[in-house]
Amino acid sequence: MKNVISLVAVTAIFTTSASWAQMDGEKMQMQGGSAPEDARDPHAYSDGYTLTEGPYAQQGPRQLKLADEHAFLSVLGDRLEYSEDSGNTTFDLLARYGTTYDSLVVKAEGDTNGGQLEESQTDLLWSHAISVFFDTQLGVRLDQYSEGSDRQWLAAGIQGLAPYWFELDATAYLGDDGRTALNIQAEYELLLTQKLILQPRAELNLYGKDDPNNGLGSGLSTASIGLRLRYEINRQFAPYVGVEWSDAYGGTADYRQAAGQDINDTQLVAGLRFWF
Amino acid sequence: MSQWLPQQKRSLQPNRRRFVQGLAAGGVLAATPTWLQAAMSSKVAQGQTPVLSGREINLVIAENPVNFTGVTRMATTINGSIPAPTLRLREGDEVTIRVTNHLAVATSIHWHGILLPYQMDGVPGISFKGIAPGETFTYRFTLKQSGTYWYHSHSGFQEMTGMYGALIIEPRAGERHRSDQDYVVQLSDWTDEDPMRAFSKLKMQSDVYNFNQPTFFDFSEDVSKVGLQGALEKRQMWNQMRMNPTDLNDLSAATLTFLMNGTAPNGNWTGLFQKGQRIRLRFINAASNSFYDVRIPGLKLTVIQADGQDVEPVSVDEFRFGPGETYDVLVEPADDAYTIFAQSMDRTGYARGTLALQQGLSAPVPALDPAEWLTMSDMMGAMGSMAGMNHDSMKGMEGMNHGSMKGMQGMGSMDGMKGMDHSAMNHQPKNPLAKPSSTVNHASSEYGASVDMRVDTPRTNLDDPGIGLRNNGRRVLTLADLKSINGLLDDHRTPTKELELHLTGNMERYSWSFDGLEFGKSTPVSLKHGERVRVILQNDTMMTHPMHLHGMWSELETDKGELRVRRHTIPVQPSQRISFLTTPNDLGRWAWHCHLLFHMDAGMFREVVVS
Repeated sequence: MKNVISLVAVTAIFTTSASWAQMDGEKMQMQGGSAPEDARDPHAYSDGYTLTEGPYAQQGPRQLKLADEHAFLSVLGDRLEYSEDSGNTTFDLLARYGTTYDSLVVKAEGDTNGGQLEESQTDLLWSHAISVFFDTQLGVRLDQYSEGSDRQWLAAGIQGLAPYWFELDATAYLGDDGRTALNIQAEYELLLTQKLILQPRAELNLYGKDDPNNGLGSGLSTASIGLRLRYEINRQFAPYVGVEWSDAYGGTADYRQAAGQDINDTQLVAGLRFWF
Repeated sequence: MSQWLPQQKRSLQPNRRRFVQGLAAGGVLAATPTWLQAAMSSKVAQGQTPVLSGREINLVIAENPVNFTGVTRMATTINGSIPAPTLRLREGDEVTIRVTNHLAVATSIHWHGILLPYQMDGVPGISFKGIAPGETFTYRFTLKQSGTYWYHSHSGFQEMTGMYGALIIEPRAGERHRSDQDYVVQLSDWTDEDPMRAFSKLKMQSDVYNFNQPTFFDFSEDVSKVGLQGALEKRQMWNQMRMNPTDLNDLSAATLTFLMNGTAPNGNWTGLFQKGQRIRLRFINAASNSFYDVRIPGLKLTVIQADGQDVEPVSVDEFRFGPGETYDVLVEPADDAYTIFAQSMDRTGYARGTLALQQGLSAPVPALDPAEWLTMSDMMGAMGSMAGMNHDSMKGMEGMNHGSMKGMQGMGSMDGMKGMDHSAMNHQPKNPLAKPSSTVNHASSEYGASVDMRVDTPRTNLDDPGIGLRNNGRRVLTLADLKSINGLLDDHRTPTKELELHLTGNMERYSWSFDGLEFGKSTPVSLKHGERVRVILQNDTMMTHPMHLHGMWSELETDKGELRVRRHTIPVQPSQRISFLTTPNDLGRWAWHCHLLFHMDAGMFREVVVS
């Protein structure tokens, strides 16, 4: 029953968000869209002059560079959490270095137990703004397993903010031997007060074909829903408590059953969200 | 009216505790190197800004430790004081100002609002190379104007860390208005954070300093007041567009301490007067990123100057001004003490000082006004206010939701408005440039990732005091109240060309621009020397931008093409479309930018070439 609920919930969040994302730029004339043919040329008033050429330009290379040409570095630790039930420590980090529209993004997500890395996924992506609120992300992903076979993938995805403030991250992967995978994540931040924030989170993992070494079956493999309540001591530093429900489906569920593992799982977590 | 209380007995109201009040005796710390003492005026006391006058001025830029909040930080100072020394110069004089740089990085000084040769304008990379460490640069120019102005660094965020001062030019012919006391009231803001760090935080999370965001509890309160549907509708547009109705200032009192003449609210800067005196207050907004709403409870403010230029006197209770703007007002106090109250536009804090018969007197400090949500007219201009007029606010929004944006565009009333516009023009055939075009032309570069909002139905009225000041029971100054005195606007030629530029941004990515192009992607606006040009500025954002054009006046006109007032910095409200005329009389390259320092640095900056 719980399986069904979480599946329905995750799918509902995603499909609704995706349809909103699609709407972006079509119905909303105030945002995005494509320029009509008679749109004004933003360089029409320049008489052909540039910032370095033309009358009274300063000699030599352009001196005045503002923050639009500056690269910024940021690191977000969205989840750094411990679950007593499993003894697992989970990390979910995102580092970004670049300008407003182009940046290098590293996403690292994984579980450790007793100081040992159990599994991790690391995406190394070039992120490029394609619309007001969305970036395309192209790159590679490396999966590491303490027991199993490491995998390498090419990655292509979108990340951004859908209407109604849903954070979406959907990435498709192409691996060796014709493997494919799809990872979809959605997050929302509900401000109970200015500092007390409830964050629902959902994630889906799908695979194109079975990967018995890593216990992954084709089709919908795992789904999870989390609910985390954090208190922002300041905007950049927030401890939280939460609960995470996760389910396995299809082949993945079979593999787990065969290995004597639980198919679904409910974990209480405590963690820290931070960024700088 | 106003009852004064001895300073010690003042009880702290709850609202006063919500933000950093600063130190009563904060400011530049005493330890000053000997080489700097020579350059400093004899005494630098709290709230007493040194004054320099004459034809030759020496200024020294250095780092000094300061303490406004209880934490010691390094500031960038001019002659070791914050604000920098007030320069009192004379119209017609040729002045020589030597600026010596004792910083480890390059610096500059820009004379805000002063007409001068472009090489003296002080914008590194545009007018000159900047002043290298250890170097002395000599500014020399003739003062062709009089009034209240200011000066500040145009390098990086140095202005934000203390480099600003008043520049008063006394008119040759004497002041138009008699006054017995003359005070500079310079408002600024201070953060203990490294400005670049604050900027990069906004880049990461643009609402990082906003602690007035809509919450779930606001929502449930609305549900109980107007029902679930009403509460949802109130939020629908904002949520769909991913915009925040409480996004009023990017930096709030969460990081800023608001200063009056370099003095934190607890320091209570005080200007003295004697009974029966008429006081001239020269208000200068030298803040990096803060709009202020200024009033003196119990006193009418007679505005006599805007941006250093005389205006027909207008009596108000309150005015709003943004970074870069100045207003001179006359007041005639009858009581013993009055509070000068300058609350930030986002209502998170205030700067405050006192006018009193003697030191130690003070008057009650008003509570901060509540912060309001931006309205539909802030977001959609004329369309938003029309919807508001036709129905009660909830109904109006309901119509919009169902219609979606596309639907609204085709609404009959809009067509009707356009129709009226044309027929009015046909009635009296004129040069099409006799009045500003009302046809919205978005730039092709406004359809990309850099622009989160385009307004198709801007409002053109100048009589809106702006969000948070509408219908507040006080008489609030608006742009429509400002009229230059006779003879000031002497160029009555019909413009020979019309430029339209849009103020744009993407709050989520924290990027600001003209026409969706940040400075690095932009090309200069080219003007011909001596030509009469109309510039239309349309604000396609939800924030008010004080737009400062260097090197020439911005002569604001109405949407009917009537010249109104001469400014150097024009605040453009959300979804507003304004126009001004200018005659570029000085050759060279000039800067044109939003004077909210972070918006400027994010890219809302253009070069103007006059050739």
